[in-house]
Amino acid sequence: MSSNHKDHAALAGQFNKDEDRVDWHDQTLWWVRQKRDKAAHQVTDWEVLRETASGIKNNTLSRLSEYLLQFEEQAIRNGVIVHWAADAREHNEIVTTLLKKNKVDRIVKSKSMLTEECHLNDHLEQQGIEVIDTDLGERIVQLAGEPPSHIVLPCIHKKKEEIGDLFHEHLGTPEGNADPQFLTRAARLHLREKFLTRKIAITGVNFAIAETGEFVVCTNEGNADMGAHLADVHIACMGIEKIIPERRHLGVFLRLLARSATGQPITTYSSHFRSPRKGQEMHLVLVDNGRSVQLGREAFRNSLKCIRCGACMNTCPVYRKSGGHSYHTAIAGPIGAILAPNLDMKQYADLPFASTLCGSCSNVCPVKIDIHDQLYKWRQVIVQEGNAPAAKKASMQAMNWVLSHPSVYHAAGKAGRWVLKNTPFAVNNRLNPWYKQREMPEPPKESFGEWYKKNKGRSKNE
Amino acid sequence: MNSREKILAAVKNSQPPLMELPPVHVPPMESSLLEKFSSVLASIGGTLFVVRDFAAIGKILEERAGEFKRIVSTCPELSAVAETDIRYNAPQEFADIDLAIIRAHFGVAENAAVWVTEDLLPERALPFICEHLAVVLHRKDLVATMHEAYERIGSADYGFGVFIAGPSKTADIEQSLVLGAHGPGTMMIFLLDSGSY
Repeated sequence: MSSNHKDHAALAGQFNKDEDRVDWHDQTLWWVRQKRDKAAHQVTDWEVLRETASGIKNNTLSRLSEYLLQFEEQAIRNGVIVHWAADAREHNEIVTTLLKKNKVDRIVKSKSMLTEECHLNDHLEQQGIEVIDTDLGERIVQLAGEPPSHIVLPCIHKKKEEIGDLFHEHLGTPEGNADPQFLTRAARLHLREKFLTRKIAITGVNFAIAETGEFVVCTNEGNADMGAHLADVHIACMGIEKIIPERRHLGVFLRLLARSATGQPITTYSSHFRSPRKGQEMHLVLVDNGRSVQLGREAFRNSLKCIRCGACMNTCPVYRKSGGHSYHTAIAGPIGAILAPNLDMKQYADLPFASTLCGSCSNVCPVKIDIHDQLYKWRQVIVQEGNAPAAKKASMQAMNWVLSHPSVYHAAGKAGRWVLKNTPFAVNNRLNPWYKQREMPEPPKESFGEWYKKNKGRSKNE
Repeated sequence: MNSREKILAAVKNSQPPLMELPPVHVPPMESSLLEKFSSVLASIGGTLFVVRDFAAIGKILEERAGEFKRIVSTCPELSAVAETDIRYNAPQEFADIDLAIIRAHFGVAENAAVWVTEDLLPERALPFICEHLAVVLHRKDLVATMHEAYERIGSADYGFGVFIAGPSKTADIEQSLVLGAHGPGTMMIFLLDSGSY
């Protein structure tokens, strides 16, 4: 995804070339945000619920090693085979080994952001294994050869006509038919055949309960269940932060998740997998991949409380106007911008800067992650560790020199006002990033310093 | 050290000092559970039938007999309208079921979800693979919110359990809501209310 080495600003610039599409993308996501508001306002104890969820997650993180052990013990007792993966590579190898052991080269997979993070599909395809993503949105982006652009709404960036063209090419639907009802029906028939014939199904995990060893998978489409209940082997993959202590805590999280995500009171299916069905094998892969490092970073630890609802993306003015792909990482938007630098600070140094720090993300977060504060903190860490983009580094150094020398500061102010007034073409050009989608301001006649000097003699009664 | 030990050691080393679990606040009960359940169910695309008994369910199904070719049910009371002696070798054989009628333990008013565990099913796949789903529930088995739902589930032992809220759905194509993604395209709830309380 990052193979093009373009940063967020450059990728957003590409997205911004089509102004109508940007407006449409912006409005669609804002509409989802409004649905979230409506659903949240119908729950009288919403803020108590958020506070409770945040507290449960704080407790979880403070006892994570104990909860992981408890979860493992219970899951094994339930007949689940538990695997541990230190990183993405090990996760992919565990899954590949299971498929090879079962002599399976065609599988179905429901949505799992963890497998996106680990680039499991690429890895399996290199091994000659066919992976069919069964979530409709994920299947659409898979056919398009793209990653998801949103964790809950994977193809939110695609117009129905483009989806109609993709289905015409890959599924043989009539050319020019872009009716969502018709296309969904075509996908249902196409994927039903896969569910009925594939022997191994991979799913993600929304919550894993330390107390009981069960794990919960939430979908609206029913694709995780169709895959898991028809397959001989079910492999569930989860990050270690998906643990919650007790079953009753699901009452808190399931009340928050879908309302925050899409404004639904709950997803259509909240499936609790505790043991394999008769004759079935159930595997669970617990993945670290940088999470234990993030847990040790006091300033960024809270990002591990995330329940992947996507509310921070739907509300973010930058995400809505730059599109998910501009973040060049599996998890886009504000939460992605605080998770990604933990994995690779250099590669994702641009992401914490892709924000206005308006704080809307923190306000809608169902587990009260201080997202915008963390974005601000990442900026400081990135600059201190020398990972800031070169242009930003140079301009910050220049600014530092100007601000620490009063005479230079006054001269620079004067020069700036002169330039804006007399040679606006010097700043109103494409080389100046501030000129993009903006007009430069009218220069004031004088600085505040000059005005004050002129006026300080006058008395206040004048 | 293997990965398991490495991860556990790293987590233990990184985790912050203990933060206590907060209490879970259970909001006051809804005034009318049935009213809430019914309006939420309608909003998520489900259909509610309040019926006196199984005979009334049978009558509703007889009237709609033309719509469903293969009907199966886990309720022996419906043997006149449905296949109740369900024999099969593999769950894939359920793919041609038009309507499955199953029972649920209870329903949740705030989101119209019903709780089903595998002991109520011949096979886990049944409520997902059928074209249409119907669930039979007692009116007395309604709870207000998910908090009461988990209080009621308690430490129940199940291999698989699921909250089902309405028909399967997707809005992945331009946010247009389409019912019947991979699971049932409709969901009926038959609420048994003998009126004796």
